[in-house]
Amino acid sequence: MNQQEQEIIDSIKDTLSDNIKNIYEFRGETSLTIEKEKLLEICKRLIDEYRFIYLADLTAVDYLEVKIPRFEMVYYLHRFDKDYEGNTRIRIKVELSGDEPEIDSVTSLWKGADWLEREVYDMFGINFKGHPDLRRILMPEDYEEFPLRKDFDVRNREPSKKSFQNDLISGNN
Amino acid sequence: MERVELVTEKDYGDGRREESLMLNMGPQHPSTHGVLRIVLYLDGEIVQQAVPYIGYLHRGIEKLCENITYQQCLPYTDRMDYVASICNNIGFILTVEKLLGIEDEIPERAKVAEVILSELGRIESHLIGIGTNAMDLGAVSAFLYCFKERERIYEILENVCGARLTTSYPRVGGLPRELPNNFEDMIRNFIKIFPKTLSEVDKLLTRNKIWINRTKDVARISADEAVELGLTGPVLRGSGVPYDVRKSIPYLGYENYDFEIPVANEGDAYARFLCRLEEMRQSLRIIEQAIDNLPDGPYIADLPDIVLPEKEKVYTRMESLIRHFVIVYNGFNTPKGEVYHAVENPKGELGYYLVSDGTGKPYRMRVRGPSFINMQSLPYMVKGAYLADVIAAIGSIDIVLGEIDR
Repeated sequence: MNQQEQEIIDSIKDTLSDNIKNIYEFRGETSLTIEKEKLLEICKRLIDEYRFIYLADLTAVDYLEVKIPRFEMVYYLHRFDKDYEGNTRIRIKVELSGDEPEIDSVTSLWKGADWLEREVYDMFGINFKGHPDLRRILMPEDYEEFPLRKDFDVRNREPSKKSFQNDLISGNN
Repeated sequence: MERVELVTEKDYGDGRREESLMLNMGPQHPSTHGVLRIVLYLDGEIVQQAVPYIGYLHRGIEKLCENITYQQCLPYTDRMDYVASICNNIGFILTVEKLLGIEDEIPERAKVAEVILSELGRIESHLIGIGTNAMDLGAVSAFLYCFKERERIYEILENVCGARLTTSYPRVGGLPRELPNNFEDMIRNFIKIFPKTLSEVDKLLTRNKIWINRTKDVARISADEAVELGLTGPVLRGSGVPYDVRKSIPYLGYENYDFEIPVANEGDAYARFLCRLEEMRQSLRIIEQAIDNLPDGPYIADLPDIVLPEKEKVYTRMESLIRHFVIVYNGFNTPKGEVYHAVENPKGELGYYLVSDGTGKPYRMRVRGPSFINMQSLPYMVKGAYLADVIAAIGSIDIVLGEIDR
């Protein structure tokens, strides 16, 4: 990371210091943990003031029995200059509780978050408030579980097969 | 994308009725490049809305990788973007190396070889991208020219990795074995022959009237929209945004190579084609520089905790045998933490996000597949276009369903 990038990161840390719960640095990457309610506001500021107009990645991590709150949303932002140069990246994290996790959708800020949020909903069962079209994306629409949760039973991963067998037994096909 | 009223009906009252047509395309359709289903709402031949449905090839790679060691994850990465699996492998290995913090200890020979191989992967993928896009639009001869050259790349990969398609090649720390003796000859031969094929494809398509008519001003996307959608790769650069991970966040020493990032401003399918064509030329330039500077020396780092011992020592020495067992059984221990590393895949930015809890297995592995995010742009590209342009649009985004569905 060069000096200019470090300055940008430092300036973000200063201006947002009231809202940052935790700063974590590892292998030259900076992660800022922020309040759930402040997500949209802070992302808007990062876009307007720092030109983090590019959403590189959006995902979630399930920390079941590792820490409380259980879920962590991860937003990885990329900064573009006026002439689309620059390579500063920053990771924004939001902690979410385990029962009925819900968070504001960022689709209003980055259109590309649409499918990414649908994937997180599909895999973790996290609800996105204000998402225009929140449906399952990779798993079948009638699937009931959330595969990337840590309490997902990998051995019993095919409920459809089970129901198929039940149908066979009952002669109901 | 906001939803329009999907099936519009209009009753004139005198027996005449009008309604928009819902057309299902795929999952088994020759020009969807795999198992992609698109529901098209048509007004005559004009697409009102396209709704892609994906997930038919979902294998749960991210979940599978949570239960196996880092080395065992490697073959799964082949199966994502299977037309350039070597690039996926290298991306994953670099991420694990970043997590371990051993980037500085990787021997120069391994790095240069990885650059050569990932550029070969790029050429291979672009050949398929252009070839299949042309074939979908009726130009079968261009497809055959592309596939002829791709075969030559597969021969090189087979000699180096032992596999053609699913390479699983580099290891954490470097290369698993010494490069074959004829590696340099093969690459030099390829550098000599490939420009001819490239100019053949160029002649067949670039000024071809039918090709231009079918791709120019088709599937347009503006620079702002492309950035907002998070597109990467030739789709983004075809819209005039000169963003390439190799230049912005260099890895594997890409900053030492002399190459350019081709950019086109039109943002249509033709511009993307031109970007891909020029990118292959630039890849060739990189390969040329790399093979000239391929250093001698070790091919894998000297890190006993991470790298498997040599086979000969495993058979003859007790300590090496124990080490071999420990690394294979438990994996190598990683520091607690999380890293994201991106590489420029042929189709765009491929990012791996690894969360480690300190054991030999990833706590969470996330793959940011470029095709998945690029695919989102399809409904924007084809809105208001003709039905036949949907085929051109899918081909010009250059998707691989293995990576979209993972």
